Order: sequence, then C-alpha cells, then structure tokens
Amino acid sequence: MKLLKLVPDHTNVDFMRWRNVAVVLSTLLTVASLAYTAYRGLNLGVDFVGGQLIRVTFAQPVDVEQLRGRVDGLHLGEANISEFGGPKSYQIRLPKPEGGDAAANIAADRVKQLVTTNYAGARVDAVETVSGKVSEELASDGLKAIIFAMLGIAVYIWLRFEWQFGIGALLTLAHDIAMTLGFFAFTRLQVDLNVVAALLTIVGYSLNDTVVIYDRIREDLRKYRRMPILQLLNLSLNETLARTVVTSLTVLIALGVLMLIGPEVIFGLAIAIFLGVLIGTYSSIYISAPVLVWLKVNSSSFVPAEEKDGPEKQPA
Amino acid sequence: MLEFPRWKVWLVSLVVVAGIFFSLPSLLAGTPYKNAWPAWLPHDKINLGLDLAGGSHLLLEADAGDAMKQRLQRKEDEVQTELKRSPSVDIGDISTAGGRVSFMVRDPSQVDTAVERLRALSKPLALTGNRDWDVQVVDSTRVVLTPTASGSAQAMKDAMSVARDVVRRRIDPSGTREITVVTEGSNRILVEVPGVDNPDQLKRLIGQTARLEFKLVDLQASPSDVQQGHAPPGSEALPMADGTGFVAVKRRVIVSGDQLVKAQPTFDENGRPAISFTFNSAGAHRFGRVTQDNIGKPFAIILDNKVLSYPTIQTPILGGQGQITGNFTVQSANELAVNLSSGQLPVKLIPIEERSIGPDLGKDSIHWGAIASAVGTAGVILFMLVTYGRFGVYATIALIVNAFLILACLALFGSALTLPGIAGFVLTIGAAVDANVLINERIREEIRRGRRLLDAVETGYREAFRAIFDANVTHVISAAIMAFFGSGPVRGFAVVLLIGVITSVFTAVYFTRMLVALWLRKARPRELHI
Repeated sequence: MKLLKLVPDHTNVDFMRWRNVAVVLSTLLTVASLAYTAYRGLNLGVDFVGGQLIRVTFAQPVDVEQLRGRVDGLHLGEANISEFGGPKSYQIRLPKPEGGDAAANIAADRVKQLVTTNYAGARVDAVETVSGKVSEELASDGLKAIIFAMLGIAVYIWLRFEWQFGIGALLTLAHDIAMTLGFFAFTRLQVDLNVVAALLTIVGYSLNDTVVIYDRIREDLRKYRRMPILQLLNLSLNETLARTVVTSLTVLIALGVLMLIGPEVIFGLAIAIFLGVLIGTYSSIYISAPVLVWLKVNSSSFVPAEEKDGPEKQPA
Repeated sequence: MLEFPRWKVWLVSLVVVAGIFFSLPSLLAGTPYKNAWPAWLPHDKINLGLDLAGGSHLLLEADAGDAMKQRLQRKEDEVQTELKRSPSVDIGDISTAGGRVSFMVRDPSQVDTAVERLRALSKPLALTGNRDWDVQVVDSTRVVLTPTASGSAQAMKDAMSVARDVVRRRIDPSGTREITVVTEGSNRILVEVPGVDNPDQLKRLIGQTARLEFKLVDLQASPSDVQQGHAPPGSEALPMADGTGFVAVKRRVIVSGDQLVKAQPTFDENGRPAISFTFNSAGAHRFGRVTQDNIGKPFAIILDNKVLSYPTIQTPILGGQGQITGNFTVQSANELAVNLSSGQLPVKLIPIEERSIGPDLGKDSIHWGAIASAVGTAGVILFMLVTYGRFGVYATIALIVNAFLILACLALFGSALTLPGIAGFVLTIGAAVDANVLINERIREEIRRGRRLLDAVETGYREAFRAIFDANVTHVISAAIMAFFGSGPVRGFAVVLLIGVITSVFTAVYFTRMLVALWLRKARPRELHI
C-alpha cells in the first residue's frame, strides 16, 4: 500500500523570507483584534455578568418574534432570545432582577409557565441563575487562570531552553489568545465558562507546535554551529513541517467533528480550541521562530564557547 | 531497540488489561448487557456530572451579619444563665447592640465576680492563645463582652461545619441519596443533587433557619405600642407568621429547638396539619416547670422570629411532648418537621448561584457526545492508517488502549464526567497521536539520512521523546491551573485532560515501543515501510 505523504520528503521552503511581512501583519492583526474586543466588548454569558438563563426546546419550530413579544410582555427587564443549536431550541437571557433570590425564582417560574402553557410539548432544559458577586469572581478567576497559565508555561520553556525561547513562547501565546478573543468579539458568540476553559486549553495546546519546533532548533543549533541563524531556522522548520501538518490535522479532525455534530452546549469550547490550534500552527512558524532572530539566539546559547572549535557537521 | 525485557512486557500488558477491566462496568452500564458483569468483581462506574445526569447545583453563602447576630444572642443567654446560678449576680439593662453584649451589674461589689465568672466561660483558641470573647469593665459597673476576630473566625468555621451537616440532613433525611454537600472557602456551601431539576424545593428546605423558640407572652405590654412594633424593656414585639400584627414576648427563652429530639408531621384535633414534637429530658423538665408556674397565661411558639401561635397554658405540660399548630399545609408541615428534626441552621444561607439541568438535555448531550467521540476517533484512526501503514496500526491500538485507560481512571478516581469532559476526551484522542506522529516522522527522517533500520527506529524514539515530554508538560501546566481555578464542568474538563496527558504518554510511547520491538524481533524486516 502506498502511504500518504502530505508533505514531500525534502522540502526547502524559505519560511524566514516572509518573516518581516508576517510579523508586521500578525502584530497589526493582534492589535486590531484587541482594540476591537475592547471597543465592541465580548458577548459575555450569565457566568460573567450575572443574570438568568433559561434554555427551552420546543416540539416544533417557533416564531421567534412572537416568543420575544410574549417574554417582553412579562416585563422582566430586557430579555435576550437567541437560537441555540437548531430552530427548535432557544435560550432566553434575563438580567438579574431587583429584589434578590425570591424575585429571581419568580421570574424564572413565570417564563417556565409562559413556555409550557403557550407551546405544547415544550420542555425546559436548563435554568441558571448567577448573582453579580459570583459572576465577578468567576470572571476574575478566569482571567487570573489564563495569565498564570501563560506565565507558568513561559517560565517552564525558559528553564528547559533559554530565556529567548521563554519570551518567544509568551509572545506566541499572547498572539493566539488575542486572536481568539477577537474572533469571539467579532462573531458575537457567547463567552461562558467553557470558552475560558478553551482559552486555557489553547494556552497548553497551541504551544504544542512551538515546543516541537524549539526542540528541533535547539538540536540543530548544537549540530550546525556555524550555520547562519535564518538558514538554521528554515532547516528546523522544514524538518518538522511534516509533523506540524499531520498533528494539527489529527487534532482538527477530532475537534471539527465535535464542533459539527457535538452537543450545542460545548460548541463555543470546540470552536475556540479548533481556532486556537489553527492559529497556534501559524504562530509557531511565524511568531515563535522570528522572535529568536531578534533576541539573537545562536549556538553559544547552548554550547559553551570553548567547545565551539569542535568538528563541524554538515547538514545531511 | 530489540531489547524489551520480558518483565516490562508483562508490566505494560498488565496495565493495559487492568485498563480494559476497570472501564468495562462503565461501558456496559448503558447497554442491555449491564447485568453481564459479575457482581463479585469490582464495579466502580464513572459518575456523570450534573450537566449529563441532570440535577441541581446550588451555591450558598452564609449571611455573616446573621451569624454574628445569632452568636451575640447565644452569648446573651449564656451570660444570663451563668449569672443566675447561685451565688447569683443581679444584672440589668442587658443588650446586644453595637456587635457586643453589655449589661449593668446592680451591686458594684459584684462586678469583679461577674467578670471572673464570664472570663472563665470564654474559651481559649487553639494555637493563638487568644480567647474567643474579650471581657471588660466600662464605667465601673458596666461589663462589656466583645467577640475577638479570631474567635469570630473560629465560630464561623464551626457554624459552617454544622450548617453543612444540617443541610445534608434536610435534603437527604434518609442518608441514601448520592448528593454532594461540601463547604467551599470560609463561608460557602456547595450543594449538588442529581435528578432534581427544580431547585425550588431544595431552596425551601435550606432557606429556613428553623430556629424554634418557646417564650412567655408579655401581658403587661400596651397593646397599641405592640401593634406598632414596640415592647417594654425585657420584651420584644414579634410579627405573627400569618401577618396579623405583632405579639409582645419576653426575651427570655423557655425552651428552644436545640432541645428537640423528634419532630413529626401530624394532624390536630380539628384535622388540620400540625407538628408533634418531643423534648429531651432537660428541655422537658424546664418546660414542665415553666408551664406549671404559668397556668392560665399564654406562651408563644416562635419560628425564625415569627410567632406561629400563642396558646394559653391549660395544664402543666410535664411529659416533654407537645404539638405545634399554625397555618400549615400538609407539605409545609412535612418540611418544617424535617427542618426541626435536622436541627437549626447556625447561620442563614443565601443562594448566590443556581444551575439546574433537565435530564433530557443530559441524555441528548451523552448521545451526541458519544457519536462525536466515535466519529472523531474513527477519523483520526483512518488518517493515521493511511499515513503510517503498520506504524499507524500500532498508533491505533495505542489510541484505543488510551481510551480504555482514561475511562478506567475516571471510574477508579470517582471524578465526575461532565460535558466539557467529553470534549476533553475528544481533544485528547486528537492530540494523543501527536507523540506517534513525532516518533514516526523522526523515524522517516532518520531512514532518509541513511541510518540502518534498527538504528533509525531507536533514534526516532529517543530523539522524539524530548519534544513529547516538553509538550506534555505545557499541557499539564494549563490543565492543572484549570483544575485549580475552575469549578464543576470546567474542572471535569481539566481532570480528563490531565488523565489523558499521562495515559497518552504511556500508550503512545511505551506501549507502541513494545509493539514495535516485538514485531522487529519476530519479523526481522529488511526495510521499513513508513
């Protein structure tokens, strides 16, 4: 049987030739992404802003405008109704009512009653009530977790490699997270606890490619001590290219399936990781590697200077 | 490469077999073969999280103000009881205003005795050596008891642990249901009840402090003052539970709910729902004496500072048994009986987060989650097979073993599988083959460089391991932080990722290495098709 080779055996792509263009473009996109997120804000779910969320599955497709009119008729504050995974499922979001828990119960009960009396066969799938206090804590915990994870991983990379690699990893992570946030700001997809879990996963998994490429760069730096850094980076990137493509594809296959046919509740989680892996693959080549050029990584970063006169190996 | 000692083969095989063995009960659970598993074998199954099983999640926070109020009231009672004991100290003007208990000692020569006896009552705290109450004399005749900060913290801790037990008894009086009641942080309790997707009843059970008190009615109070909520010193005006005005009662408690040993729903002589109760011997004794001394006068039955009723004492109640009537329905009488038997909450609990998920949504999620996992796994397997041939087969076997190991670990550790956990499972499947990809690509590369077959495989495994290790450490860092900060479903996700990272390194590196070594030894191939 002939085996599939997505990447031919001896590739020699001059990745680094485009590094300045790519870095400028990525920087612009990252800044634009952050600015857009700051300007438009994220569509934060009840987990992070507090309030009530009621999920309903109807027996048949319903007229949203009519449903909206009926919910507005209850005068429970500004209700937000959106489709949730199909024309029969909807989620109704209500602001946290004044008057504490009792009022929240009443509000949820009235919506439940409205749904079950007006729509035969409708079923209430979930009711969530999050107080302002808890939502503030969840938001700050989520933010802290992401920052700690990024710093923790950067420090690990610094310890295992060199400080330049740690900074490269941190910049790569910042880029990946910023782009994913921008995507959520742009698409208005709801950001809930699951999406924060996805961002944390991206911190771990989008760096996968970077770690593998850094490992090869380190190996090549020891092997080919006199090779100019740009040529060496290109060599390492080409050597690992097949692996980068194959691994990213396997993860994308698994997540793509989950995104397309998996339960709606984790759509946000699946699409965020899917996107993060995709962005991570790009940034491992065009952010992680070029950073090393500016930070002046060379063989002496790993090999003591006195050993430098040893026999030179040539690339195979 | 060829050497893979026999004991290692046995060890790796043992882990694999154990993984399959411990994951089977969970896999069989949803199928018609669920009874095929012999009962005498270990049958730990994977617990489903609330988002998959359906149920209610409730996060309660202690009302610190209420806790302090209750603590001051208890101290006030304690002070009065202590100083009444012979030789008694005559005191007056006792109050709990301003977050402290203060009173006047009528005879100035007794001030020192009072202070001494009250200091003896305060408890030393472990480690710090501080006491839980500060006793001081102000203006030579006024004694002031102030709670210390460490005493309050300790009291809160004790109150939370009592509250946790009370909540558990109220939700699950028979102690047979699989519910979670745990304290979180210093002042919160997390309640998770599978199967109940309407938390209203839970909240009614938990929302009630159920502080039952019996007090004498103050007949001297002027009725018009009382209806405006005013009462003479030594008494207080309490609202009626049914909203029909106020009743003035003496502040001194005759007997309180702590002295109840039993409470049951029943019906009174008119056939209306009521609650019958039994006091312990101290309570019965005291209740008997007070009722004997006060025949013909009314006493009030007070629940959470609201008067349920104030019957007149006809005859002394000596047996320690009685009945509470009020405007009860059958359901509210049942609930109150449960709450009284389970003890009063030492602190008021306020729900700050509620999530309830219907069982149907959970079933849908499991259904589609399982299909997505299966299709995703099949896709990855197909891709590995066409890319790496024989080595793809090894990776596939490793992947399947990995899936079994993850399920086995979940079942053994008893951590709940949540919906994001299923996503974590799918992600792990996708990412687990990365180790094999790294190894296989490296072997391809070494062969291209002209290494001999065995040497190439050996180098492939050795050189790839460094990157596999580092990449997995980064996964562990992010998953561990997620497990630490996250709660509920998110923690379930992190746990699956953590387990998956460890099992996948085992299956993708050691297990496939064993398979490859055994094949190389047996077949002695001349060239490698990879």
